[in-house]
Amino acid sequence: MALNLSNPARRRLRTLGFLSPWLVGFSVFFAYPLIATVYFSFMHYNQIKEPTFVGLRNWTYVFEQMPLFGPALRNTLWLVVIMVAVRVVFGLSLGLLITKIKTGAGFFRTAFYIPYLAPPVAATVAFVFLLNPGSGPVNEILGAVGISGPNWFNDPDTAKPSLVLLSLWGIGDLMVIFMAALLDVPKEQYEAAELDGAGAFAKFRYVTWPSITPIVMFAVVTGVVQTMQYYTQALVAGKVASGVNIGPGSVIQPGYPDHSTLTVPQLVYQMGFQNFNTGAACVLSLVLFAIAMAVTMLLMRKRSGLLSAED
Amino acid sequence: MPRWRMPICASATLAAAGLLLSGCANPSVGSANDDPTKPVTIKFWHGWATPGEVKAVNDSIDRFEKLHPNIHVKATGNVSDETINQALRAGGDKAPDVVSSFTTNNVGQYCDSGMWADLDPFMKKTGLDKHKTFPKTLLDYTSYHGSQCALPLLADAFGMYYNKDAFDEAGIERPPRTMSEFEEVAKKLTVRSGKRSYKRVGFMPNFRFYQNSPDRLFAQWGPGYFDADGDSRLADEPSTYKFFKAAGQLADAQGGFDDLERFRMTFGDEMSSQNAFLTQKVAMHLDGEWRGLMLNEAKAKFNWDVAPLPVPDDQAETYGRGFITGTVAGIAHSSKHQNAAWELVRFLTADTKQVVNFANAIHNVPSTYAALKSPDLDADPTFRTFFDILENKHSKALPPSVNGGAYVVALMDFAYGVEAGRVSDLRKGLKKLDEQIDADTLQSKS
Repeated sequence: MALNLSNPARRRLRTLGFLSPWLVGFSVFFAYPLIATVYFSFMHYNQIKEPTFVGLRNWTYVFEQMPLFGPALRNTLWLVVIMVAVRVVFGLSLGLLITKIKTGAGFFRTAFYIPYLAPPVAATVAFVFLLNPGSGPVNEILGAVGISGPNWFNDPDTAKPSLVLLSLWGIGDLMVIFMAALLDVPKEQYEAAELDGAGAFAKFRYVTWPSITPIVMFAVVTGVVQTMQYYTQALVAGKVASGVNIGPGSVIQPGYPDHSTLTVPQLVYQMGFQNFNTGAACVLSLVLFAIAMAVTMLLMRKRSGLLSAED
Repeated sequence: MPRWRMPICASATLAAAGLLLSGCANPSVGSANDDPTKPVTIKFWHGWATPGEVKAVNDSIDRFEKLHPNIHVKATGNVSDETINQALRAGGDKAPDVVSSFTTNNVGQYCDSGMWADLDPFMKKTGLDKHKTFPKTLLDYTSYHGSQCALPLLADAFGMYYNKDAFDEAGIERPPRTMSEFEEVAKKLTVRSGKRSYKRVGFMPNFRFYQNSPDRLFAQWGPGYFDADGDSRLADEPSTYKFFKAAGQLADAQGGFDDLERFRMTFGDEMSSQNAFLTQKVAMHLDGEWRGLMLNEAKAKFNWDVAPLPVPDDQAETYGRGFITGTVAGIAHSSKHQNAAWELVRFLTADTKQVVNFANAIHNVPSTYAALKSPDLDADPTFRTFFDILENKHSKALPPSVNGGAYVVALMDFAYGVEAGRVSDLRKGLKKLDEQIDADTLQSKS
C-alpha cells in the first residue's frame, strides 16, 4: 500500500533515503565516537569497573599535572609545521625535476616511488639501522671522509629532523600528486609567458604556481591531518634506537631520547591502553581533535581566499 | 524546530548517548560456579616464546592434563601484558581463563581493577595455605591491599655475571662486594680503543642497557618507594641521592656517560648471540638467573661465574641481596570456568614436582619453599647462587601500586635525565617526580 504522503514529505523522505548510507557512516564512525569521547572525558573509567563521574578532574590532570603533555604537544606541532613544509617543498621540487627529465624518467619515477611502498615499521627499523651512530653505515661513510656524524635518532636535537628525513625517503605519494598537477598545466601558458620574456622563476611564479595552488593546499591540509596523528614511525624509531629490551612484561616511556619524539597520539595510546586511564586519554584526543579542526578550517578559509583571488 | 526545543533535544540526545555508553562499558563478568570435574576446555595465555620455553610449558600442560583428564588446556605463548589487558577488558569467548605476566609491576592494577580474580577464596576452598607455600616477598608482590589476585609462577633473582678470564687478566682475585670496590674493579677492567670508544668496559652502568633499569640497581640500596599513606617519598629517601651518585661515579670511572652510551649503541640484541656480555664487550653484567643457561647453550668462549651485585659501602652487611621479581599467574575475572582455571593455577604454582621440573627446564628460580629445598633441583652452583639471592632477607621486590608500573616508568624516565646530566637540581627534580607519581596515582583511583 502506497503511503499517503504529501509531496514535500515524500521529497524529504526520499532525500533522507539517499542520504542514509552517509548518515549511518557519520553516526557510527564520527558522531558516536565523538560523543563517547566527550562523555568519558568526564568519567573515571578503567575499562573494567563502571564509569564514575569525576567532573573536570581528567581535564585538570592533563593540563596541570601531566608533565609530558607539553613536550608531546610541542613535538606534534613542530612536526606539523616542519615536516609538512619540508615534505611539500621537497615533493614539489622532486615533481618539477622529474617532469623535466627526458631520458630515463620512468626509472626515476619508480626509484622515488618504491620507498613509499615499504611498510612504515620496516622502513623505520631500516632507517634507524642506517643512522646508528655507533655502527651505522651512514656515520661509517661520514667518518671515512673525516666528518664526525651526528647521533641521529639518539640525540634529542637531531631525533625529530631524523624523522623528517625518514618522511622524505617515503615522499613518493606527494611526488606523484605534484607530477600529475604539473603535467596538467597548459603548455600554451608557458609559451605565452616565454613570448613575454619570462625566465624560469617568472614562469614558475606566474604560470605553474597559480595552476597548482589547489593541489598544494590539498597536500598541506592532508599533511597536517596525517601529521597530527603521527604515531608509528616515532614510536618504532624511539624504541629501536633506545636499544632497551622490550619483553612481554616491560613498559617504557615513548619519546626516546628525552621525550623528543613523543607525540600526542603516543600519549593517548599510553594513557588509554597501557595505564587504562580512559578519561585522560579522551581529554588528549579532544585537544588533538580541536587543534586539527582549527588548523584545517584556517587552511580551508585560506584556500577559498586563494581560489577566489584566482577567479 | 522552535529555538526552546533545541537545548532539550540536545540534552536528551546526550543523556541517551551517555546511557548507551555506560551500558556498553560493562565488561563481561565471569563466575566460579563451574564444576572442575566436568569436561571443559580452558585457555592459558603466557609470555614464553623461545622453543625450549614453549616446550617446557607444553610439557607442564601434558602433566596437568594427565592428572585432570577432564580439563583440556589450550595454551597461547608470547603474549604481552598489553594484549592480556586488552583481551580481558574486551571480554568475550576468546578471552583467556588463566593468565600470566612476566612482570610484577602490574599486579596492583590487576588486583585493584578486579581484572584478575581474587584467589583467596579458591585457596580456602582447596586447602592451600599460601603462607606455608610461598616466601613472603613473593606473596607481597602478588597481592595488593588484601587482594591476592595472583600467585608466583617461578621467580627471578638478579645478580652479577662476570668474565673470569678478564678478571685474571686484570689481576682481580674476587668479585667486588661494595660500591667503591665495584668502581675500582670496573675501571681496571675497562679497555679503551681509540679516543671515544672501547674494546671492553668493566660494567656498563647506563640505565638503558639490557636489564640495567634503575629500579633493579636501586634495589641494592633497599629503598622505600612509598610512605605509610602510599605517597611517593623518593625525595625524602637518603638512599636515592646515594644511588644516583654511585651510578654517576661508576660511569665517570669508565670514561663518562656520553662515551659509554655511544659504545652501548654498538651492542647487539640482548637475547641474541650478539649479547654484549657474550661477545665480551662488558666484563661484569647485571642479569637474571636465565642468562646462565643461555651462556651454556651459546658455548661462551670464556670462563664466567656469578656473584651477588655489590652493595653500598655503608650497608656492607647486606651483601648477598638483589632485586627480585618473577612471573605471576592468575584467573581472568571474565572466565566462566574459574574453578577449572584454579586447578591449573594451583598445579603450575604450588605442585612441588611441577615447579621443580619447570624451574629446571627454563632455568628460573622456584617460587615455593618445598621446591627450593627439593633435591631434584638443578645442582649447578651458578644457578643456586640465585636461590641464595632470592632467600636473602635484604633482597627487594617492587611494591605494587594501583596504576601498575607507572611509577617505575616515571622513575626510569627521570633516571635517564639524571645520568645524562640534564637534571641540575636533584632534590628539586625528585620532589617534582614525587608529585607526578602522586598525581598519577590519584588519577588512577576511582
